[in-house]
Amino acid sequence: MTVVVFMERADDELSQQALTLARSLGGEVSAATVEGPYAPGAWAAAIVAAAGDADIVGPGSDRGNEVMAHVAAQLDLPLAANVTEVRGDELTRIRWGGTLLEEARLHAGRRLMTAAPFAFPLSVDSTQTLVLTPELGGAVAVVDHVAPDTGGKVSLADAKVVVSGGRGVGSAEGFAILEELAALLDAAVGCSRVVTSAGWRPHTDQVGQTGTKVSPDLYIACGISGATQHIAGCKGAKKLLAINADREATIFAHADYAVVGDLHEIVPAITAELRKAK
Amino acid sequence: MRILVCVKRVPITGGRMVLTADEQAIETKHLGFTISPHEECGVEEAVRLVEAKGGEVVVLTLGPEEAAEQLRDCMAIGADRGIHLVSAEEWDGQATAAAIAEAIRADEPFDLIVFGNESADAGGYQVGIRVAYAVGLPVVTGLKGLTVEGGRARCEQEVPGGRDVYDVSLPAVVTVKEGLNLPRYPSVPAKLRAKSKPLDARPVERPEPKLEKLRLVVPEGSRKQAEVLGEGAAAAPRVVEIMRELGVA
Ligand SMILES: Cc1cc2nc3c(=O)[nH]c(=O)nc-3n(C[C@H](O)[C@H](O)[C@H](O)COP(=O)(O)OP(=O)(O)OC[C@H]3O[C@@H](n4cnc5c(N)ncnc54)[C@H](O)[C@@H]3O)c2cc1C
Ligand SMILES: Cc1cc2nc3c(=O)[nH]c(=O)nc-3n(C[C@H](O)[C@H](O)[C@H](O)COP(=O)(O)OP(=O)(O)OC[C@H]3O[C@@H](n4cnc5c(N)ncnc54)[C@H](O)[C@@H]3O)c2cc1C
Repeated sequence: MTVVVFMERADDELSQQALTLARSLGGEVSAATVEGPYAPGAWAAAIVAAAGDADIVGPGSDRGNEVMAHVAAQLDLPLAANVTEVRGDELTRIRWGGTLLEEARLHAGRRLMTAAPFAFPLSVDSTQTLVLTPELGGAVAVVDHVAPDTGGKVSLADAKVVVSGGRGVGSAEGFAILEELAALLDAAVGCSRVVTSAGWRPHTDQVGQTGTKVSPDLYIACGISGATQHIAGCKGAKKLLAINADREATIFAHADYAVVGDLHEIVPAITAELRKAK
Repeated sequence: MRILVCVKRVPITGGRMVLTADEQAIETKHLGFTISPHEECGVEEAVRLVEAKGGEVVVLTLGPEEAAEQLRDCMAIGADRGIHLVSAEEWDGQATAAAIAEAIRADEPFDLIVFGNESADAGGYQVGIRVAYAVGLPVVTGLKGLTVEGGRARCEQEVPGGRDVYDVSLPAVVTVKEGLNLPRYPSVPAKLRAKSKPLDARPVERPEPKLEKLRLVVPEGSRKQAEVLGEGAAAAPRVVEIMRELGVA
């Protein structure tokens, strides 16, 4: 065994992408899943024990990066997070939420890395699988789970359409026209960081590098300039429609469709047009 | 409570990433600098805890001379003093964690040591966890909720479908995410006061990097030629047509 892959679950997409990265390293690959309550340090210790001196790869998810950082700390080895390509000891990894790439070299006998989300195809065929049961002891572990009341609304991460507003919306009240359009499309409402910093919307609505990453069929960006940190959160959208008063706005360079003008006129007009047709 | 918050100076890039000619860094000639929004929430949370319970907030950065600016910004939010590990070179996550751990040992004890979940630029997702191992403390990552009471911390982490809860005894290391709170805008008097707060600057020597950056690359192919659907409200019928084609209306 020369490569061990930490799988969050056997059927988890990001983990299957990590498996594909692992296969590109050459050598025999084993997939490891871990049983019991989530306890990152204890999970990492179980993986370290099972891996011997193999390379270790994890998914580029929150938990994947967390468990692999524990692995790296326990072994005192470098960790390359969110890797998109490997060439021996050299690799490419993402910075700034994917809007910049870094080529780097690992100086260590073993390679520890996580696979950047959606940089690799899925590996679904069978692999030798290890099921690990960690020693919990006094380790830090999840003790409870709380589920918020979403009021039956579609979540930002799962929505097929996202109607998103930026500084151009102008105020908290200004979002009423976006809400109205979103309701007609069964869409979620998103926003930029300027909006959450101003307190117009809660942070749970923020799209971007430090907010939620969305991948709807259609992302409608209203009054958003297109800063790289915002794009980092919506570049997974299949199509992007930008509505902006400034025809030079950067957002248009990321858009499939453009409407130039005042969103306060355009958004209600789209809503009215949709109503007319129903 | 004594709380340490670790922050990292990063450029405020706009709509486009522009690199220096040697492809080693982002061209920052015309850019301002900040810290990650995650770290900003970390500073705010620490200041609120100390406002409620008394104690001291210390902010620490490893970075060039100019990173003193970010420490002053944190002091304007309410941190009491700063530690500046000065180095003009780029450090990898492992070396950064080792240097921070050494600074912590020289200044112990802290009840809580706060990091961002990941830095804004390099995004290694590891410095906080490595420091926790180096100083022998428990660590919980990605907090969106924190309650400190009776020597324990209740930590909430966002996961698909809700929040996972952890309960750890202090002292502990936590890494936090934006959304934990809404950071205050520092007042003008707070900014003035920040200028005279103590700032301890000491040079540090960088060890050989084990994750060595070779060069940076701006990913290609993200620029598109948008189809202009029209101007103003007159574009609405065409927009709805497109929505139908995409099957979303
Ligand atoms: C480390 C870091 C992390 C960050 N993380 C995030 C993140 O997760 N998400 C995020 O969004 N940002 C993030 N940011 C902030 C980001 O850099 C930008 O500041 C932010 O995205 C800008 O928001 P905006 O587009 O709403 O505002 P602006 O840049 O001010 O743009 C407003 C736009 O609205 C247009 N407009 C104005 N009025 C109208 C009108 N009436 N009709 C139509 N258009 C109009 C203007 O032409 C302009 O293009 C981060 C920054 C840093 C440094
Ligand atoms: C002079 C100098 C120039 C640099 N230039 C670049 C550059 O051009 N591009 C680039 O991407 N990186 C640069 N770095 C950053 C360096 O590579 C990182 O600090 C190091 O890799 C840490 O890993 P990370 O950013 O992946 O941390 P992560 O593990 O992602 O960071 C998690 C958290 O750890 C803390 N942390 C991380 N780094 C520091 C720090 N330096 N000081 C205090 N707390 C910290 C923060 O709380 C952060 O939120 C530079 C560093 C220095 C000192």
